[in-house]
Amino acid sequence: MSELAELAGRAVERTVSAGAGDAEAYVVDAAQREVRAHGGEVESLTAASRRGVGVRAWIGGRVGYGFGTDLSAAGIEAIAARAAAAAAAADEDEFAAVPAGGSPAGVPGLSDPTVAEWPAARIAELALAVERAALAADPRVAGVEQAVYFDSAERVAIASSAGAGGEHESSSCYAYAQALAQGDGGRETGLGFGLARGPAGLEPEAIGREAAVRASEMVGSAKPASRACPVVLDATVAASFVSLLGNALGADAVQRGRSPLAGRLGEAIADEAFVLRDDGLDPEGFATAPLDAEGTPRRRTALVEGGRLQAYLHDAYTARRGGAASTGNAGRSGYRAPPRVAASNLIVSPGEASLEALLGEAGEGVLVNDVAGLHSGVNPVTGVFSVGASGRAIRGGEAAEPLREFTIASDLVSMLQAVRAAGSESRWVPFGGSVSVPPLLIGEMTVAGS
Amino acid sequence: MSLPQGLLDPAIAARVLDRALAHGGEFAEVFAERRGGMSLAIDESRIESVQAGAEQGAGVRVIAGGTAYFAYVDGLDPADLERAAGEAASALRGERSEPRPLRAVASTPQPIERRPEDVPAERKAELLRELDERGRAQGGEIAQLTASYAEARREVAIANSEGLLSGDDRTRTRIGVQAVARRGERVETGAETLGGARGFELLEDDPAAVAASAATKALTLLDAAAAPAGSMPVVVGGGFGGVLFHEMTGHGLEADHVQKGASVYAGKLGERVAKPLLSAYDDGRLPGEWGSDAIDDEGAPTQKTKVIEDGRLVSYLYDRLRAERDGVASTGNGRRESFRHLPIPRMTNTYIAPGEPTPEEVIGEVEKGFYAASFAGGQVDPATGDFVFGVNEGYLIEGGKVTSPCRGATLIGNCLDALAAIDAVADDFRMKTGMCGKGGQKVPVGTGQGHVRIAAMTVGGTQV
Repeated sequence: MSELAELAGRAVERTVSAGAGDAEAYVVDAAQREVRAHGGEVESLTAASRRGVGVRAWIGGRVGYGFGTDLSAAGIEAIAARAAAAAAAADEDEFAAVPAGGSPAGVPGLSDPTVAEWPAARIAELALAVERAALAADPRVAGVEQAVYFDSAERVAIASSAGAGGEHESSSCYAYAQALAQGDGGRETGLGFGLARGPAGLEPEAIGREAAVRASEMVGSAKPASRACPVVLDATVAASFVSLLGNALGADAVQRGRSPLAGRLGEAIADEAFVLRDDGLDPEGFATAPLDAEGTPRRRTALVEGGRLQAYLHDAYTARRGGAASTGNAGRSGYRAPPRVAASNLIVSPGEASLEALLGEAGEGVLVNDVAGLHSGVNPVTGVFSVGASGRAIRGGEAAEPLREFTIASDLVSMLQAVRAAGSESRWVPFGGSVSVPPLLIGEMTVAGS
Repeated sequence: MSLPQGLLDPAIAARVLDRALAHGGEFAEVFAERRGGMSLAIDESRIESVQAGAEQGAGVRVIAGGTAYFAYVDGLDPADLERAAGEAASALRGERSEPRPLRAVASTPQPIERRPEDVPAERKAELLRELDERGRAQGGEIAQLTASYAEARREVAIANSEGLLSGDDRTRTRIGVQAVARRGERVETGAETLGGARGFELLEDDPAAVAASAATKALTLLDAAAAPAGSMPVVVGGGFGGVLFHEMTGHGLEADHVQKGASVYAGKLGERVAKPLLSAYDDGRLPGEWGSDAIDDEGAPTQKTKVIEDGRLVSYLYDRLRAERDGVASTGNGRRESFRHLPIPRMTNTYIAPGEPTPEEVIGEVEKGFYAASFAGGQVDPATGDFVFGVNEGYLIEGGKVTSPCRGATLIGNCLDALAAIDAVADDFRMKTGMCGKGGQKVPVGTGQGHVRIAAMTVGGTQV
């Protein structure tokens, strides 16, 4: 047994000794690096190791959580005592119980050796190369606010008094740049990004170029007139909405009456062109792991097919409460908070049409390349949203002049029902989750500008 | 006070700084932190999500030739700290530089009357039950209510190669309520928070009013019509309405954006950016406020900085690194989320100073417009100045009066235009709490203002 698994086991044992009927421990040990580059210089270089443990304690149907970074015997003891005391302060919940776990499938290829192999100087050079590529791609690019490289290699161990758990390791890295373009008396920004399991998988040229193109094509942008019209969401924007949809599909939000999809299982909620699944085992997905955050095997779950809502996302708690099986969708953002229902990799099936064909089908409308204010402009309970946007006008079926400072407004279900086509070019997007999605053509949405 | 007990021994700090500069560098710093806290929530009238934790660790920074080398570790053992120092210095190949001897500087942490960790968990659970009951009592249409309580204490100690040794002891307490009202197919939400750099005394005076306010907002919205879309005069409410100034101006004044030319306020120091009726501040010393600390996360004392004086831009917000670059003193705005982060220029409590007219007078002059009573939040791109705000409580203004409620509205615009278009600031000044995210770091900030009127702004609703 590894040191990490032993630590997890000991934390479970100490928590039960502290008065809990059942306990579960999650231990993470991660190495992370970050490079920030600007103006041809490395602005900062960060290297870090982080370790921590989070413990759930059950006393009957009462649940508490304790966490900490002190992994000495005394430290574990204190964390166990905290978790047990927290459980004692909670109210009884008849559905709360330690998860039973299960046997995971092996998922190879989650760790890339180049994360460990590339020294600091080489990843710094990668970040600088991203910046150089952005500056070289278009004469209107006046600067790059920041080019960033980040990588992480982590090992996770889970143990519980019910025998659930296991251990796995994974690595990931990303790079992005925010380019500044100047022209027509205005300044524009554009984001380019890429992600991979290790630095060898990143393409600094392409990342820099994307930032430059996105910033430059916005030069000279103006507000569109307010109207309702066809809208094409590019893959990054579609991903943001799909990630919101993932939250609405969480059984926790559904059971507590805080989801626009509550009570709609089996109903038509989308156009048939929109097909969505959650797949915690997709070899390309960045949320892929053999187990979810509470030791239940990850799996593949059809969510929207034939326009109908096929399933919600469950963890062990919501599964018991809803009389369903866990879909292996317990997620967590680290050891500082207990697991909660979360999508793993959300995947929208690509369609047949290229982006050009989608624009052609839209005819007259708006292509949205970026949205802002998603955390404040969306009501998660009703799905009603109004968010800031920028992009291009669509005229005669082609991308035309750049547009800024407008909003698009609708609600999630109306938007899904108005999907007319999914594009053919899918892309993995890491904003607010792990999402693979093509551009989407929406038949009609409200655009508010001047 | 001097330093929090047992956090950073001066002799060890000196050794760590020495090690950090072993291969050269102009500056080194060690930031040690012990943080702990607990939180709980009530949902479906049941106490749940009871969580408690404690973390400690340190970050070591070496600055050499304009590059910051940073390493952090979980744990405060001398060996951990030296390991971090070694890691931070590992990419450097220069000659050893010599840190100055450390001299402790006194600081005065925000006073805490009633330490939250001394209040039993049962009392906190009872408080949440009070919130739950009061919120639900506002009307039978309240279908859901969640309330949360959180306390956190951060003890920090900072030592640097210029001889500074300082510390702070920060306690923050906050409650938040979210209510959901339902009438048939209509579902609306309302939220309210109360927080401060204070202890449990924050909650002595009718905390359940927070729940009543959240529930009332949700109930009001049940009668709301779709928000208008288009350009019109907008009046923004006091308190959290200050998030508008925070987003559209405050971020653009942070010196890192300015120095990269990624702020619309770059090169505008001394220029008129607003009407003369507007003055604004960033003040990290406001007693008990959510964004207040004794020192910033580089050891500089927090201060009250005037950023706009009678409509003219008079100061940016600086951390140590950017201040040095501009040849000015740090304004005490070098903040970090934790020992795991590098300090960057951040706001503390940012506000528009109160004006003369009453809110009624400010609204009374609007024939047809939009009243944003409170926001769900906002976002800005400091480089372009484009911003967006989600309105969670909005109303129409018709004939100088606030009339029917609207839902689903967003305000959108450009900083320079919108700031210059502020043509009235009312006298009803209030501060509110917020969590501000930048560069992957979240820090507590205060926002404040009285009612503010913007002559024209785009409202993004669904009613074209």
